[in-house]
Amino acid sequence: MKVGVCLKQVPATDTRIRINGAGTGIETGDVKFETNPYDEYAVEAATQLKEQKKATEVVIFTLGEAGAESRIRDALARGADRAVRLDDPAFAGSDSLGKARILAAALKAEDISLVLCGRQAVDTDSSSVPAMIAELLGFAQASWVDKLSVDGGNFSANRAAGSGAREVVTGALPAVVSCDKGLNTPRYASLPNIMAAKKKPIVVKNAAALGIDPASVGAGAALVVETRLTLPPGRPAGRILQGDAATVAAELVSLLRNEAKVI
Amino acid sequence: MSKNILVFCETEAGAPRKSALELLSKGRELAAALGASLSAMVIGAADATTLGSYGATTVYAVSGDASSTEGVVTAVQGAVSASGATVVLASASALARDAFPRLSARIGAGLVVECTDLRVDGGRVVARRPIYAGKALADVEVRSAIALYTTRPNSFPLSASGGAAAAVVAVSPAASAGTTVKLVEVLAPAGATVDLTEAERIVSGGRSLKSKEQFDAVVRPLAASARATPGASRAAVDAGYAGHGDQVGQTGKVVNPTLYIALGISGAIQHLAGMRTSRVIVAVNKDPEAPIFQHASYGIVADLFEVAPALQKEFQKALL
Repeated sequence: MKVGVCLKQVPATDTRIRINGAGTGIETGDVKFETNPYDEYAVEAATQLKEQKKATEVVIFTLGEAGAESRIRDALARGADRAVRLDDPAFAGSDSLGKARILAAALKAEDISLVLCGRQAVDTDSSSVPAMIAELLGFAQASWVDKLSVDGGNFSANRAAGSGAREVVTGALPAVVSCDKGLNTPRYASLPNIMAAKKKPIVVKNAAALGIDPASVGAGAALVVETRLTLPPGRPAGRILQGDAATVAAELVSLLRNEAKVI
Repeated sequence: MSKNILVFCETEAGAPRKSALELLSKGRELAAALGASLSAMVIGAADATTLGSYGATTVYAVSGDASSTEGVVTAVQGAVSASGATVVLASASALARDAFPRLSARIGAGLVVECTDLRVDGGRVVARRPIYAGKALADVEVRSAIALYTTRPNSFPLSASGGAAAAVVAVSPAASAGTTVKLVEVLAPAGATVDLTEAERIVSGGRSLKSKEQFDAVVRPLAASARATPGASRAAVDAGYAGHGDQVGQTGKVVNPTLYIALGISGAIQHLAGMRTSRVIVAVNKDPEAPIFQHASYGIVADLFEVAPALQKEFQKALL
């Protein structure tokens, strides 16, 4: 079984987001990028499957420019075998469905039978690409999974359900599983593995190599378009309550009831 | 064909969920602005009286399996096709989050997820959604003939129209070849409270709680007294004071309550990202310089171990 991991780099979660002058994107000049935190659970899950001899090979798939290679090397140092980076000017401006088309084509070309993704990328927060890939490839899917086992051609996963519940689902591979916090604890890469990762192959594929019609992806094919970005409105200045615990507690509850009217 | 807005209404024990009624309330406003009609869909039996009283003129009662991704995708596809809807609204629940991207890819309809506002501008629907965990907001438009939107719970006020019971149309979509995924077991959440993402009130604790025992002895009883759902900062979750399902923030749950009480949470940017849209924020922290105070509607600079029990007593008195 070949396992594919979709990996994305995102602005570090402590980034202060600033909008560019045109309101069309964020200022990325001094932004530090890191691996999408949820993708780290996917990398770890894939690595563990390889250690359990259930995965024969772990391949990283990243849609992105050369700048993303440091994040790919990090995943290779944590246990992945090789990587495919998807890069073509025609890919720019793709919406979630466009990105899913590109990734699906690449996953299919490598004959991947288990696709592991993070539950969402913490930049667009769309949580859409994994299920779209599943549909495009005709694979089973399980979303926001915090427990996963694979046995032969079958998998069992604990997925998110309504009202904070979880559901145990089983299914047959091939499948796409999106990984949630709690699935595992991602390991750190050891120094020897970091050195070894430098020699692991990263292949770059463009639209032609993937057999993708450039008109089916990118900004021109996007069904969903962000027209304007803004910063959230600031909050009105708050009030500090003074006094001993009993006094401030009574005052707060009174304010919540009579001023804020939320209780 | 006249325009039609279709609201996917999730049900609980046969009754539409509050989030579905919120969407019908908003859907009515959009329908008026677009000159469209408003329909609802349910999987299973329809409560036509309640759905009608929130403005649905027709409800599509679709036979199908709401417990499987494929069942939901097929059911919504069937209702979209039966209703001729060009705008489909659903609450951003676990179920919609799982099924709607698959539906989007299947029918080639643009999907905008986790919207916090929908408006009509020049005859088109413009959605607003938080990105970067709410550190920025994006206005989003859909260019396909059918547009799908999921919206955050608690984004829109409830408003009944007092309309007559909706006309019920039964829809039985052909079973799809589908995939093999089967539901084996439902694992109920540990507490019997409302999930954080839907909660109207939340009491969250941070690292200052110092242990799981103190978290359980301070945060949970205070939450219970305020009829709130307990939450936690990432620091508290990583320290083992609470489960990962309790985490509020950029890498946890993004919440949208009317009241958010933060106990001993300093207010790291990742935490603020997860709760900044809360209508009223209360911060209790010993450190007057904690960033959380810049976002708090009401701040208490004090030891949470002294304030929380006093607050618990006051909530018990106030919410008899």
